Amino acid sequence: MASPPVSAQAPATRASAARRRRRLSRFTRRDLVILGLLIGIPVLLDIVLIWGTTLTSIGLSFTDYNGFTSPKLVGLRNYHEIVTIYEPFWRAVRNNLLWLGVLGFIATPLGLLLAVLLDKRIRFTRVYQSIFYMPVVLSLAVVGFIAQLVYSRDYGALNSVLGRTSHPIDFLGDPSINIWAILAAAAWRHVGYVMILYLAGLKSVDPALKEAATIDGANERQTFFRVVFPTLRPINVIVLVITVIEALRAFDIVYAVNSGRNGLELLSVLVTANIVGEASRIGFGSAIAVILLATSLGFVIAYLTQILREDRR
Amino acid sequence: MTTTTTAPRDTVGGGPREGSRPNRRPVRPARILLYVVLTLVALGWLAPLLLAVYASLRPYAETAKYGYMSLPHHLSLRYYSQAWSQGGMGKYFLNTLIITAPALVLTLFFASFIAFALARFRVPGRKTLLILFTAGNLLPPQVMVTPLYTLYNKIPLPYWLSDSGTVYDSYLGVIAIHVAFQTGFCVFVLYNYMQTIPSELTEAAVVDGAGVWRQYWRVILPLSRPALGALATLEFTWIYNDFLWALVFMSTGDKLPITSALNNLRGEFFTDYNLLAAGSMLVALPTLIVFFALQRQFVSGLTLGANKG
Repeated sequence: MASPPVSAQAPATRASAARRRRRLSRFTRRDLVILGLLIGIPVLLDIVLIWGTTLTSIGLSFTDYNGFTSPKLVGLRNYHEIVTIYEPFWRAVRNNLLWLGVLGFIATPLGLLLAVLLDKRIRFTRVYQSIFYMPVVLSLAVVGFIAQLVYSRDYGALNSVLGRTSHPIDFLGDPSINIWAILAAAAWRHVGYVMILYLAGLKSVDPALKEAATIDGANERQTFFRVVFPTLRPINVIVLVITVIEALRAFDIVYAVNSGRNGLELLSVLVTANIVGEASRIGFGSAIAVILLATSLGFVIAYLTQILREDRR
Repeated sequence: MTTTTTAPRDTVGGGPREGSRPNRRPVRPARILLYVVLTLVALGWLAPLLLAVYASLRPYAETAKYGYMSLPHHLSLRYYSQAWSQGGMGKYFLNTLIITAPALVLTLFFASFIAFALARFRVPGRKTLLILFTAGNLLPPQVMVTPLYTLYNKIPLPYWLSDSGTVYDSYLGVIAIHVAFQTGFCVFVLYNYMQTIPSELTEAAVVDGAGVWRQYWRVILPLSRPALGALATLEFTWIYNDFLWALVFMSTGDKLPITSALNNLRGEFFTDYNLLAAGSMLVALPTLIVFFALQRQFVSGLTLGANKG
């Protein structure tokens, strides 16, 4: 089924290259209609729903739009208010940075480590992989709920394990520690994701490279850091971007736990709270969204240049 | 399910190489340590999920008295039936299906056609389109929420499509944003995949008089089956797990997908966490089934995007 019948004739057509080229450049009217429609519809969807709305948000962020009265331009007032008097903003920034730090400096190296360990011709490697990877397929709403079971102050499993049943720790209610509890849950998911990406990369490394390094007298650690790791550069970039984007997009898990209040503020939550909530401060919420956008754009561009560079090869 | 047969045999999932030839070297202490470490980490990884399953099988009175880490006195599936009936989960699963199935099919259809067109023809602005789609998938969704909300409220829909009379609070709106958002990622993956298909194949079809549609439907699409299968499993979990779009663009509680409906199991004053645990497991079940049944596709789907081979 996989190979179509036409493939058998491929060599025969080589002779008539010129005629083929002429044919390729000439589309029938039906071809043009199909191309136009099937490229046009998704492009239109993408431009209107994704890019159009993004640009509109940027515009709205300079207004006092509230959803009812017509928007009035207020210049940079929203941005000014956000960084000066809107108190949850800096807490959210701090939490997003923590999110990025934990995913980037703890979860990602751990994922890489697991990938390296699993790449060592291990028995039951599939079983281990599946287990580490399983949390990735769970909805973050479900992860948020499981976090509540583990961390609950009164009956939670973690307090029992720690033997703190008489003086239980309120992991989710205490605003000074709850972000760390949530981050552990987020890392639980991220590690598996990173592991799979690196495992794929490690499998595609030419074994001859490793052999050559061993023959030259490199030990295992040197082989990894000097020979294998540098060849993983494309994966590194992708993991970096995924980590940053995940850290900036983080939303569901805190929303499922307590709607992102009381120490669990995140930029994405503040946007939603201002726009969808009763406040209906759409201009203001858009300004927060634009800050979020501006932060991620740098990484999006880095990602695209990496892709396009590979594309050129 | 034909995709399983055409999937590449040797993906990240260990492949036959690993399975059929066990390690013949003598077992060293470092090796044992490695297994011990991996097993401990794996158990730690499973623990939260096992805890949720365990909690869902026990009555609330018992866990309230002894805590979640106690030995069981009663085990039953009662909470599962209660979650199903009290939470009306059947209805919400259907809602999820109404959103996920069309969104998935449309996403893969549009993405594969665009990828095909970009990979095969000199479409004007090829690179721009590629960037447009790929970058669009990476934007924070919150940036789009307000204008989309306003836009959706302004577009009228006939009542047989949406009982609200507008795109807002209709399945169509949620499906549309899923398609727009996810197409970006799929175009990128499929474009890279289709570039590895020899162009002689489509050219031969052209010589045979095949038009654009035939080249796409008869030549490229069958050959892209492994990539499509991989993307389908991946996109299924992503769309299924979505939380934000439905939350923002649906106002009728009865139309919410299953992930957002989990909150219905919370009482106003008292929440039975064991009931919620059962509900969570029910919500997680479809993605877990897909994951275990189509693991190879799933993993290669993720790595297709990252590892262009």
